[in-house]
Amino acid sequence: MLRHLSFTRTFTPAAVLVALAGCGGDDAPAGGGGGDAPAEMPFDVATAGNVSGSVIFEGTAPPPEVLDMASEADCAATYSGDPTVSWVDVGGGGLADVFVYVKQGLSGMSFPISGDAVVINQQGCQYRPLVVGVQIGQSLTIQNSDGLLHNINASPTANRPFNVSQPVNMETEREFAAEEVMVPIQCDVHGWMAGYIGVVAHPYHAATGTGGTFDLSQLPPGDYVLEAWHSRLGTQEQTVTVTTGQTAEVTFTFTEAMLSSAEPLGDPLDPHNHGSLESLVGE
Amino acid sequence: MSIVRPCVRLGLTALALALLSAPGLQGQDVERGQQVYEQWCSQCHGSAGAGDGSAAEYMIPRPRDFTTGLFQIRTTGSGELPTDADILRVINEGMPGTTMPGWEDELPQADREALVTYIKTFSQFFESLGAPDPLDFSGAPGTSLERIAEGRLFYDSIECYQCHGPSGRGNGESASTLQNDFGNPVRAADLTENWNFNGGSTVEDIYRRLRTGLDGTPMPSFSDLIDANFMTDDQLWNLAHFVRSLAPEEAPAVREVIVAAQVPLGEVPTTVADESWEGADSFYIPLVGQIIQSPRWFDPSVDAVWVQALHDGSDVAFRLSWDDRSRSPDPAWLEWQGWVLDAMQPREGGEILPEPRPDRLTVQFPPVIPEGMDMPYFLMGDTQNPVYQWRWSSGPDGADRATAQGLSNVQSMGAEGLVADAAWTDGQWQLLFRRSLAPQDPDSELAFEVGVPIPIAFFAWDGDNSEEDTRGSVSSWYFVQLEEETPPSTYVAPLVAFLLTGGLGVLVIRGAQRREIMAEPGGASALLPGGQAAPALGRSLGFVVGAIWLLFAALALLNSLSGWTDGNADLGFWWGVIAALLAIAATVALVGTARHRYQGPRK
Repeated sequence: MLRHLSFTRTFTPAAVLVALAGCGGDDAPAGGGGGDAPAEMPFDVATAGNVSGSVIFEGTAPPPEVLDMASEADCAATYSGDPTVSWVDVGGGGLADVFVYVKQGLSGMSFPISGDAVVINQQGCQYRPLVVGVQIGQSLTIQNSDGLLHNINASPTANRPFNVSQPVNMETEREFAAEEVMVPIQCDVHGWMAGYIGVVAHPYHAATGTGGTFDLSQLPPGDYVLEAWHSRLGTQEQTVTVTTGQTAEVTFTFTEAMLSSAEPLGDPLDPHNHGSLESLVGE
Repeated sequence: MSIVRPCVRLGLTALALALLSAPGLQGQDVERGQQVYEQWCSQCHGSAGAGDGSAAEYMIPRPRDFTTGLFQIRTTGSGELPTDADILRVINEGMPGTTMPGWEDELPQADREALVTYIKTFSQFFESLGAPDPLDFSGAPGTSLERIAEGRLFYDSIECYQCHGPSGRGNGESASTLQNDFGNPVRAADLTENWNFNGGSTVEDIYRRLRTGLDGTPMPSFSDLIDANFMTDDQLWNLAHFVRSLAPEEAPAVREVIVAAQVPLGEVPTTVADESWEGADSFYIPLVGQIIQSPRWFDPSVDAVWVQALHDGSDVAFRLSWDDRSRSPDPAWLEWQGWVLDAMQPREGGEILPEPRPDRLTVQFPPVIPEGMDMPYFLMGDTQNPVYQWRWSSGPDGADRATAQGLSNVQSMGAEGLVADAAWTDGQWQLLFRRSLAPQDPDSELAFEVGVPIPIAFFAWDGDNSEEDTRGSVSSWYFVQLEEETPPSTYVAPLVAFLLTGGLGVLVIRGAQRREIMAEPGGASALLPGGQAAPALGRSLGFVVGAIWLLFAALALLNSLSGWTDGNADLGFWWGVIAALLAIAATVALVGTARHRYQGPRK
């Protein structure tokens, strides 16, 4: 039922050397792996600090896009008026559907994988929410509450793709093996359905909801680069310093001007043109 | 000490494994693979394997980009790498329905295997993920009407029609919105043409595509549904059997001569829905993109037209049927046009914009039936040798006659005398043309003659695929032959043969009876001088009759053979029966007479 997209290392001469080297010592770390996995560096939670932030939008947001759901009357019926999607969703003083994560500053550390599944639901022929974040190895559950044919076609580049059919009320679980911001998903049956999944190696990420606020809790003290990603407004970075027991405040500001200049990022129709991965790989 | 032994063993095993997978052995394969790749593959797939060779921009679907590690035809789960055997199969057999040919007969096995090794170096996934496990496929259960009916229900209940259409012609609601992972338009498979299926045409192939999906395309995998008990493996087989049943038992054979049968009674039809078409033989004519004259077209939508023809001695009618995912111009396909044009350009002859365009179909003849094989240029003739055409368009719906002296030099001759009727139903056009055998304008219009092969060619344009003018599908010259009216002698001759045979038979029997009487002691022969001559006469009469029957049998056999080759199967059959009867009669006569002689006259 659950197919893991995990790494299986091939047997290479390098691994032979590691295996042989492992025989020499009494208490050398088992496995050894490929050498690029970060070593476990737990930190004392008592020293942690927090980041609390908000994402705001200045200017006039474009009106919601009206969706032609004539081909799916059951979906259209779930809306009181015309079915719409707000790609730039401003409300309650903030901007929703922004993926915020620690981009730099956590190198060399690894963190336990959250046992809670992240859930995307297909309801009213839309992904809800449009943007989520998951940690490498964390379970992502994609539900179909519409009970009609959807396919979930994920087209990542750093991870393996998948394309599964969901013709009935059901759910599919997947995991990701590599950092990738963002993995686009789309439904080919309903061309308007597009969603985004941010995959990072640590738990310090958030997708903003209505109101545009986010919290990154229990970070090790230190200096970090945060990135905020929005599908139509692009990305921006900020540095923040976390100190023990304190909550650092961060505000990202997106503007109307960015909309006119920005290409839709991670457009599922062109997954090979959604920003550079080198920045992540290079860390 | 307890640690040392396992360590030595581990070390030796590791060393052995390392040698087996050593870069030396692999390296040779990679090197050979690279040589073969650069000679035969890089023009399309690009020297770095990114699917961007110099020919790539003339292809939809584009050549595979190996750097993504994304492969459509696998025996592994959705998103997983293909096995080596999967890659080798595609190299061997090619990808039907695309520009990828099979290489099994072109390259030695070792070279093809080396290619597999080399292709895997283009994507880091092959190294990081290791060899994948193929899915566990069950064996195909036999087909049955029940299975097909169950599969049909399943097809509807899980909404395959959303993309593939109610009748499977690839014309579903979503068909105009489909793109692959590389942003290029993808046509939902026309399930009635299984010879174009990328991963093979058998029911097993179809089942495997349902299990694995076609990664990188909108076609998803159904394995999760089985794993989650939302459907059974058996139900998936039913679906595969239903999909297989949508296509003919065998891929259609191309026949050079379209036979226009003569309608037994009355006139040829004037509508596509006329019942007389149901029994008429259908001829499959493949079409290809027009890639000779600029602007060329490398993404033809119409890949074949089925042709039926009938005549009644004074008029000829054709019914042409071809699959087309939309009734152009359809606004739902305007965006698709933009994708196709973006993908297929850089453009020849300036920029082409998406706009409402009709579907078109043209049937072409020479203006006069040529002597021998001296035909006008198949691409609508030239200034020296024009062609005569019937042109139909879906918007506004109508047809005319035309004369052409090249693709871009076509003059209408008006619609007089040409009857046209067209209907688009569920992803298929049907178009009727009808005209009198005698032309309206004998100077530039073909006079149809019965019994002689007349050159015929076809052109098709799918407006919603942005096709018009030189950008469309073409065929080469074929022939249409109007079946000759069967002369009355054809039907009289067997009767005459029967009567003659019967008459001779009576003669022989009577002769034999006379012989018996004369041979009796005190019989008539004793009374006649030279009485011994009569049996000899009877014997030779037997041989003569036998020989004549044998000759008749040979003639009947000739008639039968020419009946078969002319397409008159019924005449061929009955002449065959007559030939067989005559041959039997001749054999009996000859053998019987011969045996009679050896026995001598009865006492």
